[in-house]
Amino acid sequence: MADYDHIPTLKENIDRATVDSVLSLDVDKYKYGFETDIESDMAPKGLSEDTVRFISAKKNEPEWMLEWRLDAYRRFLTLTEPTWAKVHYPKIDLQDMYYYAAPKSTPAPKSLDEVDPALIAMYDKLGVPLREREILAGVERPNVAVDAVMDSVSVVTTFREELAKVGIIFCSIAEAIREHPELVKKYLASVVPVSDNYYATLNSAVFTDGSFVYIPKGVRCPMELSTYFRINEKKTGQFERTLIIAEADSYVSYLEGCTAPMRDENQLHAAVVELVALDNAEIKYSTVQNWYPGDKDGKGGIYNFVTKRGDCRGVNSKISWTQVETGSAITWKYPSCILRGDGSRGEFYSIAISNGHQQVDSGTKMIHLGKNTSSRIISKGIAAGFSDNTYRGQVSAHAKAKNARNFTQCDSLLIGDTCGAHTVPYIESRNGSAVFEHEATTSKISDDQMFYCQQRGLNEEEAVALIVNGFVRDVLQHLPMEFMVETQKLIAISLEGSVG
Amino acid sequence: MTTPILEIRNLHARIEEREILKGVNLIIPPGEVHAVMGRNGSGKSTLSYVLAGKEDYEITEGEVLLDGENLLEMDPAERAAAGLFLAFQYPIEIPGVATMTFLKAAINAQRKARGEGELSTPDFMRAVKTAGTELNVDTDMLKRPLNVGFSGGEKKRAEVLQMALLQPKMCILDETDSGLDIDALQVVSKGVNALRAANRSMLVITHYQRLLNHIVPDVVHVFSDGRIVESGDKDLALQLEAKGYADFDGAAA
Repeated sequence: MADYDHIPTLKENIDRATVDSVLSLDVDKYKYGFETDIESDMAPKGLSEDTVRFISAKKNEPEWMLEWRLDAYRRFLTLTEPTWAKVHYPKIDLQDMYYYAAPKSTPAPKSLDEVDPALIAMYDKLGVPLREREILAGVERPNVAVDAVMDSVSVVTTFREELAKVGIIFCSIAEAIREHPELVKKYLASVVPVSDNYYATLNSAVFTDGSFVYIPKGVRCPMELSTYFRINEKKTGQFERTLIIAEADSYVSYLEGCTAPMRDENQLHAAVVELVALDNAEIKYSTVQNWYPGDKDGKGGIYNFVTKRGDCRGVNSKISWTQVETGSAITWKYPSCILRGDGSRGEFYSIAISNGHQQVDSGTKMIHLGKNTSSRIISKGIAAGFSDNTYRGQVSAHAKAKNARNFTQCDSLLIGDTCGAHTVPYIESRNGSAVFEHEATTSKISDDQMFYCQQRGLNEEEAVALIVNGFVRDVLQHLPMEFMVETQKLIAISLEGSVG
Repeated sequence: MTTPILEIRNLHARIEEREILKGVNLIIPPGEVHAVMGRNGSGKSTLSYVLAGKEDYEITEGEVLLDGENLLEMDPAERAAAGLFLAFQYPIEIPGVATMTFLKAAINAQRKARGEGELSTPDFMRAVKTAGTELNVDTDMLKRPLNVGFSGGEKKRAEVLQMALLQPKMCILDETDSGLDIDALQVVSKGVNALRAANRSMLVITHYQRLLNHIVPDVVHVFSDGRIVESGDKDLALQLEAKGYADFDGAAA
């Protein structure tokens, strides 16, 4: 877990060099902008059928998977880039990117001892609790299993044995394709169809890694599952694919945390996440995203075009998305729920902070199909600097969705007068018994609030952080404990330099 | 001679083109409680904001020393850390921030600014509990967001609670009696009186004499048209109450 608090203080596992390299980056205040020197094994530049074949071959995929990818690639050729989001960026040249980069330390390591020390050192910098020592000692986070993903290949998966005891499968998607083809064939693209949208289709053709989780019937996952994504190779698009299946009466909580080193070129990130909840199952999916947002002039930064969708397929199933978005130059992301099963429930709790020249267009979709389905949306957007922050959300009730209910609350907070906050709700009901409520507010941090806090001794930045933390409190309390403290610090870091 | 806690010399301040403070002179020695009385619009509240460092005002002349240090050079947070506390007439709501969280952030921010370590959670809790009991501030109130939905009495009690915890050298109380019924007034006054100390001074701003029956001042000043026009002992307040401000307006001319 990234530790934002103690950077200047030496801490166990963080050496002097790390501290110095972090401190030297204060120009852009991005604390994770270092680059690990690991030789990569890269695909030829550009997107083509050959690239797709290369990736599939690199992953030792079975023939059916290659065909699946090629089919996606052919469909992708027929699609055009969507333009409806309120974001602006230069055209992305898909032929000027690499689609595969894997650390060269093959064959796959059997234990942490065999892992490239440079990689372990990088995770140390990020504070990923990978060390078995820590895990066994149970000091920091005894109940988090980490599947660390760096550029495309899952390097180490911990805790797997313990999870295997209760029948839980937690592995890389590549491994799942090889080891559990029946599950992958059944569920992959069953929530986000191959040609769902431009970026999802691209992802289907060239995805390189991601996580796979399978929770068997009646099992309550004994720990929070956690994956760290990290974009490391220059000009490498990262296309993750995550698939989580919760069988009837099961429960799982999944944490996704992201950081990336800084660089000049814009990097495309187009992940697809699919969740399937069967009868009475519950999935909680939490994300903290603090990728490089670009420098103070808006140069560089990650383009984050993600498709996340959950299918409440079973009766009384529940899917809850919680996201904290503070990074990326551009965010285009709408974690959604299809409320198919009768009595199913979808939740979306979001904190989206934009500063500098960041552009955020994010929200959710709650598609009510089943009877007595309910959903709840709490979105808190905070815009500072020259950023644009848009909430875009859809709530719809199908003709058969009797007694569907939704409550939406969308609050925006503006800091300064050069940023923008926008709310774009799409509400459609085809059922007379559906009840949808939508509340939206836009506010500014008032001079009086700032003066009051300063009169009590808080400096400007402390005052903004405190007020913003208060503003997002309704969402903060839905985060798992380990993300909550981190998020409060992240908010302060993200808003540095937003006042004065 | 001991250094006064607060010394104001010929202070002039304006907002946009309008001059509001027109040469304020005031010396408050350690341990003394001074009252400033004046009608609405005479510039009393402006004086409190200027001392606390609110941005809207431009100081055109004069100087202010807090315990011998140049107050006007400091930003509002530095003034707070140096020991200046303003109890607001209308305390500001901070939605979503529990009163307890706010108190802790304020104390630790001031300690940090003074180069002191953070207060440990048990020490902080003990301090809050002690101060809270005297002011009838219970745990439930401390969990609520600061000033949000607070009654008039709760707001003022929360202000005095902050004052008690922050242990300032110089307390400015701006119309602390406004919005209080007689019972609440007694609780708040008791809290303020408990903070009277040899090394702490207070400036009580009010336009009613009744507050001064509860917080008895050492010196009373009459404020009119941006300056102090008359000073005296506590009987001056009674005189004002009986005769009104009209008699003093001439002095300001």
